[in-house]
Parts: sequence; C-alpha cells; structure tokens
Amino acid sequence: MSTPIITVRDVSKTYDEGPPALAGLDLEVRAGEALAVLGPSGSGKSTLLNLVAGLDKPSEGSVTVDGLRVDEMSEAGLARYRRDRIGMVFQFFNLLDDLTVEDNVLLPAQLAGMSRPVARRRAAELLERLGIDRHVRAFPGRLSGGERQRVAVARALMNRPALLLADEPTGALDSASAADVRELLTGLNADGQTIVLVTHDTALAQACASRTIELVDGRIARDVLRTAAAR
Amino acid sequence: MSVLGKVVRAGVGRRRVQTLVMGLTTMMAVTAAVLGGGLLAAADASFDQGFARQHGAHLTVQFDPAGTTDADLARTVHLPGVTAAAGPYPVLSLASDVGANTSRLPVGLHNPPMAFVARDGTGGPVDDLVLTSGRWVDGPGQVVLSDHNTPLGVGDRLTLPALPGAPALTVVGLARSVGQSADAWVTPAELAALTAPGAAPGREMLYRFAEAATNAQVGADRAALAAAVPPGSMTSAASYLPIKVTADKNTATFVPFVVAFAVIGLAMSVLIIGIVVSGAVGASTRRIGILKALGFTPEQVVRAYVGQALIPATAGTVLGLVLGNLAALPVLARAGEAFGAGVRPVAPWIDLAVAAGALAATAGTALVPALRAGRLRTVEALSVGRTPSAGRGRAVRQLLGRLPLPRAVSLGLAQPFARPGRSATMVAAVVLGSVGVTFGVGLAVSLNVVEDGMMRRYPGLVVAQPLPPIDGPAATHLPDAADLRAVAAKVAAQPGTGRSFTIGRSTVGVAGLAGPTTVVRYDGDSSWGAYRMVSGHWFDGPGQAVVASGFLQATGTHVGETITLTANGRGAPLRIVGEDFDMDESGMLIRTESASLAALDAEVDPMSAEFQIDLKPGTDLNGYLDALGASLKPNGFGPGSYRPPFNPTILSMDALAAMLTAMLVAVAGLGVLNTVLLDTRERVHDLGVYKALGMSPRQTVAMVLTSVAGIGLLAGAVGVPLGVALQRYVVPAMAQAANTRLPADALAVYHLPTLVALVLGGLVIATAGALLPAGWAARTRTATALRTE
Ligand SMILES: Nc1ncnc2c1ncn2[C@@H]1O[C@H](COP(=O)(O)OP(=O)(O)O)[C@@H](O)[C@H]1O
Ligand SMILES: [Mg+2]
Repeated sequence: MSTPIITVRDVSKTYDEGPPALAGLDLEVRAGEALAVLGPSGSGKSTLLNLVAGLDKPSEGSVTVDGLRVDEMSEAGLARYRRDRIGMVFQFFNLLDDLTVEDNVLLPAQLAGMSRPVARRRAAELLERLGIDRHVRAFPGRLSGGERQRVAVARALMNRPALLLADEPTGALDSASAADVRELLTGLNADGQTIVLVTHDTALAQACASRTIELVDGRIARDVLRTAAAR
Repeated sequence: MSVLGKVVRAGVGRRRVQTLVMGLTTMMAVTAAVLGGGLLAAADASFDQGFARQHGAHLTVQFDPAGTTDADLARTVHLPGVTAAAGPYPVLSLASDVGANTSRLPVGLHNPPMAFVARDGTGGPVDDLVLTSGRWVDGPGQVVLSDHNTPLGVGDRLTLPALPGAPALTVVGLARSVGQSADAWVTPAELAALTAPGAAPGREMLYRFAEAATNAQVGADRAALAAAVPPGSMTSAASYLPIKVTADKNTATFVPFVVAFAVIGLAMSVLIIGIVVSGAVGASTRRIGILKALGFTPEQVVRAYVGQALIPATAGTVLGLVLGNLAALPVLARAGEAFGAGVRPVAPWIDLAVAAGALAATAGTALVPALRAGRLRTVEALSVGRTPSAGRGRAVRQLLGRLPLPRAVSLGLAQPFARPGRSATMVAAVVLGSVGVTFGVGLAVSLNVVEDGMMRRYPGLVVAQPLPPIDGPAATHLPDAADLRAVAAKVAAQPGTGRSFTIGRSTVGVAGLAGPTTVVRYDGDSSWGAYRMVSGHWFDGPGQAVVASGFLQATGTHVGETITLTANGRGAPLRIVGEDFDMDESGMLIRTESASLAALDAEVDPMSAEFQIDLKPGTDLNGYLDALGASLKPNGFGPGSYRPPFNPTILSMDALAAMLTAMLVAVAGLGVLNTVLLDTRERVHDLGVYKALGMSPRQTVAMVLTSVAGIGLLAGAVGVPLGVALQRYVVPAMAQAANTRLPADALAVYHLPTLVALVLGGLVIATAGALLPAGWAARTRTATALRTE
C-alpha cells in the first residue's frame, strides 16, 4: 500500500456563526484513488475540498497533501502549491469568459512561468485528448455545458497535478453532458490520476469512484471501499 | 435616513473612499475658487471703484502752450470716442525743498520735481478729487498736495528756491486723484505767480474715453488726440493703466495661476463626482431593480443618488470655504496695507457664489447617472449580473496576451480594454492630476528664476549706501559729489574687495515722455551685476542703455531704437541695447554707463549712490564690514549685507501653488483608487478563479498595478504637454499683471529629464492610487470569492 497523498487529521472548520461545517474529521486518501464525497447539501463537502485545495484554513487540525502541511502555508506558498500539485474543477466551470478556450487552458502553465510556445504544445495535446481541439479559438460562452466542463478539466490538468479536485462537476449539466464528463473522469482515474470529487450524482460516484465517503453534519457517516469489479 | 438611502449606500460597499474622494475634490475646487475669486475681486475693486467714483482720467495730456490754441483744445473735447474732458489747466514742473514742518523731515530736503496744476476746485466732469485732509486752496501761498506718497502734512511748508524770491507755500490740504493727474494743486493766480519770467505753463487736459480698457485702446485714443492738434504740440499723454497695474499688482499677479488651479479643480471635481456616482449606480443596479419591483418610484431613486453625492460635497465645500479664506488672508493683507485699508477678508458674496456653484455642479453632475438609475427598467435591472457581459476589446486583449510578458502583466495590460468608458474617466482624472503637477512644477521653477532675477538688485554680497540721517543732518554727514569719489577710492583700496562698481541715480527727461524719469548710472565694470535680460544684452559701452518692459511699453519704443535723455537743456542720445527684467519703479528705470550721460551734466543724487561690492574668496564678511564701515563713516556712507533670503510674495505663491498641486494629486490618486476598487470588487470572482489556478499574491498585485500603468503613462503623456501649455499661458499672464515681461529662461523651464520625470509622474499617481485595491485583491479569500456566484 502506498503512503497517503492526502492526510486530514482531526479537522474542524467553524465559520463566523452557526454550527461547525466540519467537526473532527479524519481522512486519508491514497495515490491513484478516486474518492467520491457524498452527502446532503450543507454537510461540509465543499468545505472539505476547499481545505484540501488550500483555499481556506481549518479552525483546528491539520491537512497534509503530498507531504506538505497545507494548513500552515503562506499565501505565496499556497499559490505555488495550487499551481504545481492540484487541479480544480467546479460546478459552474469558473472559466474566464473573456479569454479563449486556449488562453483559459494555458493560464495555469503561464502563471507557473512556462513560456507560451511550450505551454501551447501541452495544451494542444490535452485539448485533443479531451476532444475539444476544434474549439481552441472559441470563447467559453459559445460552448455547451459539457464542452465547457471539458475545457475546465483540461485547464485543471495543465500542470500535471498530483491531485484533481472536482466540486459537483456534473451539477450544472444535462444528462448527456454529465455522462460525457463521467466517462472523462473515469478514464483519467484509470490512467492513474488521483481524484477527489464532491457530488450529488450517484451515477457519477458509481461509475468513477474507487471509494465513497458520506458526510453528515461535518462528520464521516459512511466510508465504502469499492472494488474495481463493482464499478 | 430613508430605507432607500440606506440601501443605496449599502450598495456602494465600502463608501468611505468614495465619500473621501468626493469631499476632497470639492474642497480643492472650492478652495481654489474662493482664493481666485477673492483675489480677483480685491485686485479689481480698490482701484476700479475709486477710479469710477472719481471719473478718473484715462489720459492726462499736456500740450505745448505755444503750439496750441484754445480752439484746438476745444475741438479735442468733441472727438468721437471722448466721453468727458476737463481743462485746460495750466501746469508747471517745479523743484522744491522741504520747509518748516511738523512731519519730522529735515528742512532743506530736496523734493523730486512735482507737477503743479492750477485748479479752482475739486469737482469736475473728470478727475473729481477727494480731499483726504484739510481744505482746498483759496488764496495765495497755499498748496494742496497729492496724498499719494507725500511725506508732508497739512501746515507744513514748501520752498521753491529756484524761483526769484524763493517763494514759500503752505500745505492747506491733501487730495487724492486716483489717476494721479498732479502732484500739487494751487490757484490759477498762484500758478501765474510761480511761473518764471519768460516761461509759459503747459496746458493739461484730462480725458475719458468710451473705450480705454487696454493699452491698445488707450494707444488708439492717444493717437486720435495727437492727430487732432498741430503736429508735435502734444508733449505728453499719460495713461491711467500703469497706475492701475501698479495698484493691482500685488494681488493681480496671483490671479492667473490661482484661477488656473480653480479651473482644473472644478473639472476634476465634476469628473470625480461623475465617476463616483455612476460607479455607485452601476454597482447597485440589481438593488435598484429589486427596490423598484417593491414599489419605489424613479424620483425616489434619483433623489437618493443625488443626495449621496451632495452630503460629502457639502462637507468639502464648507472645508474649502474655510481653507480658501485662510489662504487668501495673507495675500489680501499685503494688498490692504498697500492701500492703507487694513486687512479685508474675501467678500461674503464670493463665498456664497462659490458655494452655490460648487453644490449646483455636484448636483448637476450626479443627476446624470442618477437619472439613468431612475429610468432603469426593472426587468433589465434584475437581469444584470445574470448574463455575463460581452467583454469588450477582445482583439486587443488577445494580442496583448501574445506578448512575451509574464501572464499576470499581460492580463493587467489588457484589463483597461474590458471597460473602455471607465478607463477613459480614469485617464481623465490622472490627466488633470498630471496637468496640475506639470504646471505646479513649472510655476515653481519660473518663480525661482523670477526671484533670482529680482535678486539682481543685490549683485554683490556687500552694498555701501548713504547712512540714514537718524540723528538729524547735524550728527550725520550728508554726502556730496566729493564724498562719492572718496568712497569709490576707499572701497577699491579696502583689503578683501573683489569686484565692485558704483550706481547712482539722476533725474532726467526723456523726449516724448511726460514727467521726470530716473536714469541709473553705472561706474566700473557692471557686467557681473547685470540684470537678467528679456531680450537684447546688457550695455557694454557708452551710448548704450537697457530699460525694462514698462519703459518700452510706456514710450512705445523697442530694443534697437534710440531715445534722447534731456537735462539742463541738453540732450544725450542712447541706443536701447536690451530689455532687462527689472520691476523697480514700475519698470521705468533706464540703466546705462555714467559716460553715456557726460553731455547732460546731470547731477547724481548722492543719497541714491550705491557701491556694489563682491568680496575676494576667503574674506571674513563681518571683519570686512567693520573695517570698511569705520573708513566710510566720515563720508556719510556705511556698508551692509542686505541680500534678503527670500521674497515674501514669491514665497507665498510657492506655498499656494504647492498646496493646490498637492490637493490635485491627492484627488487624482483617490479617483484612481476609487475606480480600481470598484473594478476589483466587480471582478472578485475572476480573482478567485485566478487564485485557484495558482496566481500568487505578488502576481495579483502586479496584475492590478499593470492594469493602471498604461492608463498612468497615457495620462502622463497627455497631461504633461497640457501642463506645459498652461504654464506658457499663465506665467506670462502673471508677468503682465506685474507689468513686466519675463526673461526667456523663466518660461523655458522644462527640460527633457524633467519632462520624462513628469510623464512618469502620471504613472506614479495611477499606481499609488491602485496600490490599496491591489493589496485588497491579493488578500481576498479565494473560497469567499468563488462563492460569489
Ligand atoms: N464562506 C462561508 N462562510 C460562512 N459559512 C459558510 C461558508 N462556506 C460554507 N459555509 C457554511 O458551512 C456549511 C457547509 O457548507 P458547504 O461545505 O458549502 O456544504 P456543501 O458543499 O456540503 O453543500 C454550510 O452551513 C454553509 O452555510
Ligand atoms: Mg457544495
């Protein structure tokens, strides 16, 4: 068994008011896993993902990713961490509407200081692999939801992240597009990409996840390891 | 506060910045406007009111008694353009000495030659005199003196030693002629008695004209008169304008640049208030929609937005009124002293007018975006923010993305093209700031050169002058011509003396110019004490003279022409080789070598003599002054080191200009701050995405700063030439108010390094304004930003 790529230890997160979004959560995720985080709305799924991505800090406990203490990093360190180790996909795509598909995909590499020609080669490869290479020059507003999410995945994979984080990646898609994204993520995991995805979509969890956890009120209510055969 | 007001204000978000910006810009505009208006009114009021009340003469003309008949003069009264005339009055120019007096003046002191006019009373259609003390002349042996500049009072006596029997006159009154039509008035019978055998008094006429506001108009009036009488019979024609200029000079020189700042300030405040209010409307469009859906009327919406601008503008106006009045006080106080009127504050109507104007401008400016908010259709308002905006200037932005620059920088550079309208207003704010700085810097340098030019009055470190007769003439030796020669020799022989030359004054006449004129005569090499030149060069041989702008204007002569000085019935031609920058005696001084005046045999007034001395390097100043002082005392002279450290007028101009420039820059920076803040807030979601993709805080700051860098540079490039043009326009206007022209280097003050620095100044204003929002953008919590869906 490989060492865990994510270690969440006794993490609580309380916002200014209200009950804790996460309450004493422990979690380990190993390289190559595809973890689906399930649970009702407001149960703390997005909060957990944000803590792993270093977009927010836990009130208590520690978050270690790839050997790095994410909860203790400076802002500049977190920027480097997000740029080098993780890729993120969101429910509403979060593409920059005034950049072309290609420029959106190039962005993480360029922020990391990669020259445009080198980055373009990598982007071309990714866009082809994800089947959206005919849209390079288009603006995201012109694409369908499924296509947009593919662009978002391409952008997330640009810097070959150790970890792909996806928050409701099919939440804003019609069923055909959702199936499309489902296949894509499943394929990526099959190629060895570690994925943590938050979803309501049981079909997605069924198809893609090697393990599912269910959050209720900020705690893990269920943790199910699934065999490849069950998928 | 109304519910609506509350909601509107909440919609602006952190409104402290907006409030501050609007308040400050209004304050700046009001300060400058009050200052400008106050000075303008003060400059115009004192002279113009007196002149109008007295029906002052636009031209005071003297005719040759032999060359003109009564009919000739009567004809001039009916010339077209002449609206009123008085005279002819007999006039004589007489030398006099101070007689018995109670004004603590030494008996026997020579007065300068004075124009004595025979006049029956104070009234008349022109030059309605005001008796300021005593009474009018009503018999022989009486005189009324002009209260302008005379040290004598009622009861004092004058003697006229040059006339047979050395007659004496008693001062029975003092009168003021705003147009200075005479120095002394006597009865016609008295004037006849004072006329030397064989001489004939001149004939003075006073005229008012329909058009006499400018030198050109008065010149035309003068020409019309000259053409109406026999050629050459008009011996002099003095315009009222130089008198007006001198009277107004103190305050008038301030007016052009203060008005310039007031205009920039006003433009700035209209712009800023426009930016802020339309920004507020833009930011709360959805709220407006919701409110209207709930039943608020358009009028309520409009009122709320206008009110939002009026509150800080009112505070700024009040502060500006206070500041403007305070800043005007020292300047007006000096003017007040000059007229013996004491301190006069800025007239209340100016405060009222400026306040009303500022608030009206604010309300008017705020009304435009407020009306837009009021007219906004509810459905549209509610749909704002739902559909992503098209995003303009995509082609340019894509092109910028291709540049081999760090991505954060190219994103920043592309940013202004997304909101061209907003970027344009930011450019405009920085342009105004940049104009202000460029103009302020240029003004300061010009004033510096002018001050240096005025300091040429004190070329050497040491000046030896006649000792003041403190203990009366008995205790102090009054120098005479022999003393002057002795002092020159002693100065030259004194150890420590480096270069030196002598200055003395003689009173002469100038052919074609009324009244006596002072010629400053130089002995020794004066090239190191030369004045700054407006044109031409300093005299370098006998027969050459330099004169100031005022003289050229008054005589209508030009550099290169020859004038003739007259004294003792002889003439000495002098070629004008240069126009010097010299504001003494209204720029009427003629400067030349003593040798040029040899033919005139004109007496030097020993009391006017000055020995300008430069010390050898390493000479101890105090030791030198002591030694030379002891040596010169028997000759009635004493050395001193009088060079003043600064000129108070220029100092207060510098301070004012610095204050107004600083305010403009602050407002421009705050305008940028406000806009970038608005922009950043609107783009908070995009910023979250960037950060999720790994944009570091430093890259975020770089992106926000480069988003304004282009704006700053463009604004600098536009603002600097405008500022230069403004300086080129305003500084000569100030000089004109002081009745002089300027040395060329007082105008050409911008050199390439300065210009480059000033253009970069636009960049500095813009980036300084963006620094705060940039830090804010870098610190926003990404998770929060991404939730802003
Ligand atoms: N930035 C925040 N500020 C305050 N409360 C928040 C914030 N983010 C999430 N919460 C609260 O924390 C709880 C968990 O939210 P979240 O993790 O988004 O749930 P989920 O993604 O499972 O729907 C919710 O009650 C939510 O209101
Ligand atoms: Mg969620």
